[in-house]
Amino acid sequence: MSLDVMALRAQFPILSQQVDGKPLVYLDNAATTQKPQVVIDALVDFYTNCNANVHRGAHHLSDEATRRYELARDRVAQFINANRREEVIWTSGTTESINIVANGLVQKLGTGDEVMVTEMEHHANLVTWQQACKRSGALLKVVPIHDNGELDLAAFDSLLSPRTRLVAFPHVSNALGTVNPIRQLTAKAKAVGAWVLVDGAQGIAHGDVDVQEIGCDFYAFSGHKIFAPTGIGALWGKFAVLDEWPVWQTGGEMIADVEYLSSTWGQLPNRLEAGTPHIAGAIGLGVAVQWFGQLNSADVQSHEQALLASAMEQAQCFDGIRLIGTAAKKVGVMSFLLEGSHPADVGFILDRQGVAIRTGDNCAQPLMKRLGIPGTARASFSIYNTLEEVDRLFDALRKAKMMLA
Amino acid sequence: MQLPSSEEIVDDLAFFDDWEQRYQYIIDLGKAIPGLAENERTPDRLVKGCQSSVWLVSRIENGLVSFDVDSDAVIVQGLLALVLAAYNNKTPKQILDFDIEGYFQALDLERHITPTRGNGLRAIVAKIQELARRSIN
Repeated sequence: MSLDVMALRAQFPILSQQVDGKPLVYLDNAATTQKPQVVIDALVDFYTNCNANVHRGAHHLSDEATRRYELARDRVAQFINANRREEVIWTSGTTESINIVANGLVQKLGTGDEVMVTEMEHHANLVTWQQACKRSGALLKVVPIHDNGELDLAAFDSLLSPRTRLVAFPHVSNALGTVNPIRQLTAKAKAVGAWVLVDGAQGIAHGDVDVQEIGCDFYAFSGHKIFAPTGIGALWGKFAVLDEWPVWQTGGEMIADVEYLSSTWGQLPNRLEAGTPHIAGAIGLGVAVQWFGQLNSADVQSHEQALLASAMEQAQCFDGIRLIGTAAKKVGVMSFLLEGSHPADVGFILDRQGVAIRTGDNCAQPLMKRLGIPGTARASFSIYNTLEEVDRLFDALRKAKMMLA
Repeated sequence: MQLPSSEEIVDDLAFFDDWEQRYQYIIDLGKAIPGLAENERTPDRLVKGCQSSVWLVSRIENGLVSFDVDSDAVIVQGLLALVLAAYNNKTPKQILDFDIEGYFQALDLERHITPTRGNGLRAIVAKIQELARRSIN
């Protein structure tokens, strides 16, 4: 069996549009993925037939909204193989998920403690820990990478110490596409007693995420990277860890008993979910993971690898392309420079030909400095992209090269 | 090459019927303006976008404001040339009276000065307008 890409594409209405009279070639999937009709329908149906606040209404609509909203939590829990549904905390996305953990960590750390991240972090998984360290007096250590974009595993080992309290790393690098050996890294960090947070923003949409198998304490991800709406995501954490993690925002929903001068907190998941949640978004995320989970994950991965292989092969034959990030294990992300041209110019010329890519620092300024480049152009593939679209990318690049020479 | 006036640029760009010619024209305009020497690209003159960077130097002589600009991206440099054509060697009042949004609309390039574009162009326009406003007050 292989993926029926044309049938998949047909489920994404946005992909049939034209840009400046040319068919859209959407290769910015690492920034955000497009939404299948079932997800769009779920949002419309919620607001059309079911809108009410959750967990508090004494009426039919609220009961139905709550049922759908909590069903979405079950679906996400099942999708990532959480041990319990209460381990799934709704957030606005990966950034908020990491902030919840970092905010709590400040109360647990002091001088002499260490936090570890890698050189390939997105700002969301760097600035958060950097600021948590500043506030708590802990030391931030940064694990170097090799020039090909792979993590320096020997350095990872040597920087770990009994003082390491938390280790954070990306499942997949957003700028380079590198897939990290997250099980191995987690095992090493757990051996020194550190908490482990995996930034799953780029990892969630590429196949199997099994949080129990990974062995980490926290896995953070955004819905919009996996065919769900923006503004919704999740923090998964081990029950015992989340249950005693300091509360984040305070207010309604997260409390048990409230007096004027003191309050007690509710149970998981509510204790980390203050206020009215993004109900429609959560429902949309539940539908999205169920939809994605029904695809054969081996087929998904082999299709994505075929797109990547075609792109890498064409890039190597293309005079003037310098690939940034050539790790042995990558998802469908090709970061590159067109020699003699600024990435922003390449992006402009591609855009005029209907080809959508990302250009710039990829929200990873320290990584760009480490690699000695101002930024990159980045094409990132998803399940609905075709080999013909990879060819269109290179046709467009040939024109860019000609115009910018 | 003498930089054309903003009116001439509007006419020139209307003449082209495909995007390649239009962008080639913008790229050529960008190459025609002098830019800044490496040592003039100082951090205090930098307007950083997340996609490309722009440097701006301004001076006022005899009541006229003039600018030198540079960018690390050639299309942005070309877009800056369009801005210079409108603003260079004008009085502060002329600068403030100029309808820059309408100008970019007439050029069919308004997408480049929307707030979502991280190319620093909008920030440059704002800086020039601020400079003009301050020199009047």
